[in-house]
Amino acid sequence: MLLNFLFGLSCLETKLHNQRPKHLNLLKIKQPLPAIVSIFHRISGVLLFFPGIPLLLVGLQMALQSQQSFEALQTLLRDPLVKIALLVSLWFFLHHLCAGIRFVLLDLQIGIVLPQARLGSRLVFISGVLLTFLAAVAIW
Amino acid sequence: MVKRSRLAVTGAHYGLKDWLAQRVTAVLMVIYLVILASMIFFAAPQDFSSWKTLFSQQWLRIATFVFFICLFWHAWVGMRNILMDYVHAIQLRLLAQITVIVALMGYLVWIADILWG
Repeated sequence: MLLNFLFGLSCLETKLHNQRPKHLNLLKIKQPLPAIVSIFHRISGVLLFFPGIPLLLVGLQMALQSQQSFEALQTLLRDPLVKIALLVSLWFFLHHLCAGIRFVLLDLQIGIVLPQARLGSRLVFISGVLLTFLAAVAIW
Repeated sequence: MVKRSRLAVTGAHYGLKDWLAQRVTAVLMVIYLVILASMIFFAAPQDFSSWKTLFSQQWLRIATFVFFICLFWHAWVGMRNILMDYVHAIQLRLLAQITVIVALMGYLVWIADILWG
């Protein structure tokens, strides 16, 4: 009788346990740096796909279509807001490039042990920001 | 150690093919960008006519076209991976994948028009 009761109770507990809401607050979990580099590789990839590719095509078209469109592009690129947007896009591209190089190296079994993986992801972040900064200096 | 699948011989090996395509297209794009950057560095085109002259070379047009084919292929593999990871409703995923394909095909026509039109 008691055993039956206890058995029932544990069944109930298992059931309740399975129904317990899973709560993963991604903002409260501190992600390791390689994870951040990886997710930023994805986010930058999506943004490079859209709006990146159509904007690149519009720019290329303006540069090559006619004298007028070329001058319109030049005027557009002198706008500080456009310059900032360009630099942000450039940062996404450079991060995507550096992180991509890192992933190819990881595929080649280079830098896969944890300390090196951390160092590599730090390097990816720093070089992305640094190269963007150099580009900013160059266009201003 | 992962056991080697029999599918490696007879299967469609989609995964391996996409993994490889992602990396090969990436490396080709980097090579193109290095060539283009050095051409721009040495030719230093300032005005419209010098840009036009630069891109009137047939080999550079073809190289640029190949670059964009690589870019679109690379984007397709990446977008498909992301959609497979985050969009689980099958109709929605299919719709999104079709949108990506149609957009990329449109871009391909667009870049051909820019280069040769």
